[in-house]
Amino acid sequence: MGLKQNLHNFRQKNKDKKWLPAFSAIHTFLFLPNETTHNGTHIKAADDLKRTMNTVIMAMVPCLIFGMFNAGYQHHLAFGEITQATGGFFSAEFWTLDNFSVGFWKVIPLVIVSYVVGLAIEILFAIKNSHEVEEGYLVTGMLVPLIIPIDTPLWMLAVAVAFGVVIGKEVFGGTGMNILNPALTIRAFLFFAYPTWMSGDKVWVHGAVEQDQLIAAGKNVDAISGETILGSLAQNKGANYDIMDMFFGLIPGSVGETSTLLILLGGLFLIFAKIGSWRIMLSSVIGALVMGLIFNGVVAQEWITESSKFYGLMSTTFWQHLLIGGFAFGTVFMATDPVTAAQTNKGKWIYGFLVGFISIMIRVFNPAYPEGVMLAILLMNVFAPTIDHYVVQGNVKKRMKRVKAKVA
Amino acid sequence: MSKDIKIKKGLDIKLVGEAEKATENAIISNFYSIRPEDFHSIIPKLVAKEGTRVKAGETLFYNKDNEAMKFVSPVSGEITEVQRGPRRRIDAIKITADKEQSYVDFGKFDLASDAEKTKAHLLASGCWSFIKQRPYDVVAKADVTPKDIFISGYASAPLAADLDFTLAGKEAELQAAVTALSKLTTGSVHISVGKNSNSPLANLQNAMTYKVSGPHPSGNVGTLINKVNPVNKGEVVWTVNAQDLVIIGELLLTGKFNAERIVALTGSSVKKPRYFRTKLGSEIATMVYDNGVERDGNHRFISGNVLTGKQVAPDGYLDYYSNVISVIPEGDDYEFFGWNKPIFNKISTSRALTFSWLSPKKKYDLNTNTNGEHRAFVTTGTYEEVFPLDIYPMQILKACMYQDLDEMEALGMYEVAPEDFALTEFVCVSKQPHQKIIREGLDLMLKEIG
Repeated sequence: MGLKQNLHNFRQKNKDKKWLPAFSAIHTFLFLPNETTHNGTHIKAADDLKRTMNTVIMAMVPCLIFGMFNAGYQHHLAFGEITQATGGFFSAEFWTLDNFSVGFWKVIPLVIVSYVVGLAIEILFAIKNSHEVEEGYLVTGMLVPLIIPIDTPLWMLAVAVAFGVVIGKEVFGGTGMNILNPALTIRAFLFFAYPTWMSGDKVWVHGAVEQDQLIAAGKNVDAISGETILGSLAQNKGANYDIMDMFFGLIPGSVGETSTLLILLGGLFLIFAKIGSWRIMLSSVIGALVMGLIFNGVVAQEWITESSKFYGLMSTTFWQHLLIGGFAFGTVFMATDPVTAAQTNKGKWIYGFLVGFISIMIRVFNPAYPEGVMLAILLMNVFAPTIDHYVVQGNVKKRMKRVKAKVA
Repeated sequence: MSKDIKIKKGLDIKLVGEAEKATENAIISNFYSIRPEDFHSIIPKLVAKEGTRVKAGETLFYNKDNEAMKFVSPVSGEITEVQRGPRRRIDAIKITADKEQSYVDFGKFDLASDAEKTKAHLLASGCWSFIKQRPYDVVAKADVTPKDIFISGYASAPLAADLDFTLAGKEAELQAAVTALSKLTTGSVHISVGKNSNSPLANLQNAMTYKVSGPHPSGNVGTLINKVNPVNKGEVVWTVNAQDLVIIGELLLTGKFNAERIVALTGSSVKKPRYFRTKLGSEIATMVYDNGVERDGNHRFISGNVLTGKQVAPDGYLDYYSNVISVIPEGDDYEFFGWNKPIFNKISTSRALTFSWLSPKKKYDLNTNTNGEHRAFVTTGTYEEVFPLDIYPMQILKACMYQDLDEMEALGMYEVAPEDFALTEFVCVSKQPHQKIIREGLDLMLKEIG
């Protein structure tokens, strides 16, 4: 008995209290509730929303851990404390405790702030609207630290999370009702509210910003470049990274987005578990490849020259777009959010294709900041209901035709 | 003539406690109960007051909207109690059965009679109650001629009674009923049978037969309708449960309303699951305890199958339309870390640390736990995998929830019954009550459109 019985008694005793949802959130975290079916189906399948969300989190954990190592690695590399790991991903020079601890102490606070602020708001709204705390934020809270630069100040993150959860989700009625992906809303807020911080080329490697400030203060230290691959391509400087490093993720970038390999594994796991939509992932990749090919074609036709400011990104070999920036992460973990994506199977193909297509388009043409995945997904989130509407209308029309055939 | 219907989308839920193919005579029930709530949307006008004596087949009440539509007593005996609910609604009519049964003689019916005569005969004898209509999944309106009549002779629901077994030897009654029904439609009577079955329904005259295969809900009559000739706006089709054809057939052939039915007692709580010969409206206690369920156990008694049946008390009664009694364990207990640990003993269509995909043939012992709490709709695409009808399930459910009549109509509400959404409800990650949502949606349409 013990804990189980005590918690049950506590719940019974406080059945009518307003704060019960807060207790429930913890209680149901420990124990699957004792709720039974009424009329309707008397038995239910094993999956609930917690399990679904938990599966997505499991798929992200490798990216999170890798992100910690990579954060430390990029930091030490930029400061010249270590040399490039010769063996890349499989080299012991990368998986050092030193790399990990630098990353760990930078990333864990981001995770904690994201969860504490987000869940606190969720619980407040649950109590206010007297419903249970829904699990949507479990995934959002993990996504957020993975899609922001390592040196994002914690207070900025807290403000952004509060904004994203309230405006992006709760005003629409909470989990399941929102139009925009909450994690991307949070990220978009960061990038548009604090552009000087976020869109520079310093924030991607831990310590680069401080170094800059020291220089500005007149200290005699070397400036550190924390530039991402997309950043240097956008300035037509070319990318100084090996394809393998891009694929394995030993490059600067947002915490969890760099390792295409681990994202790919996470994506395959989600497809296997039947949690993530393979239709969206596949069609998004196809969309990105098509746009990449078009740009390559433009370069091959010599419609633009090397002097063009788009040359660097346009001439990037089309499939390499999949490896750099946030494309892979966005496709696997963000575009597939079932609430904000298209909901019909046919709609998912169209939605995914456009996400990929527009991602690469914005990435190349964005004057302020060379990445387009976030904006492409947010844009398609807005259009997803429209896509679904026309897919469903197809079914409705078929039904109307049946009636007409009868009358005629 | 027979055609094949094969469906791919669906889910066979394999459970422990399938009934062994042996029929016993159930202990003769002393009390019978007819509940007007079984006849959804019918407002009863009571004829048999407390204390009157009735014969089997004598009218208990009639439909307020159509006086000719009688609902009759399954047995002869004395009306001992009329239970009433709020606003004097009739909840149940209880009959204490005679030791020696006597029947009203409706007379042997001439099967060559025309539609009007057939209709009047069925209405007067209480057999009309077995005919349901779509749209709305209610007892059929007598003044409308249906475009088709559909009968499913294949039970694919979990732990369903095997119709090949329970209908064996009843060819004459089935044929009589189908012949009579075929007079009542401008189209034809469509009957589905299992592909590899030996159904007594397979070779009937005056009907079209379809061989169906594939996972549940291949045996649902709604699936048959959708694949053969879906209901359009302004059209009506009728459905009859195969087991009730026997009662209709016997009435036509002998003039007796014999409410006898073979019922399967199933479920993992039952020691020896098997078939019983009993009558509709009888006490389930006459069947469930002898070599069945332990007394004082924590069990769920269901009149009907585990997906669509009604919960009844252990001293409750067999439903008017059910031919299964399922008994499964209640699941009112907490499970430590039940939401994230790997699960081997429950069914799931996902593979999110749920491992039922490893052993597709295994039979499961499921209880009534919801395995999670009620949430908003979140995941997409899961319903479509188990829903073979050409309808968007989540969209129609949402349309019902926000009560948009135009959208409900456009999305296909005339074609569906709550039972068509049993599987989507079973797999629903958000634990939404799909069947209730659809029922309420249908009721709203019935009220507003009619």
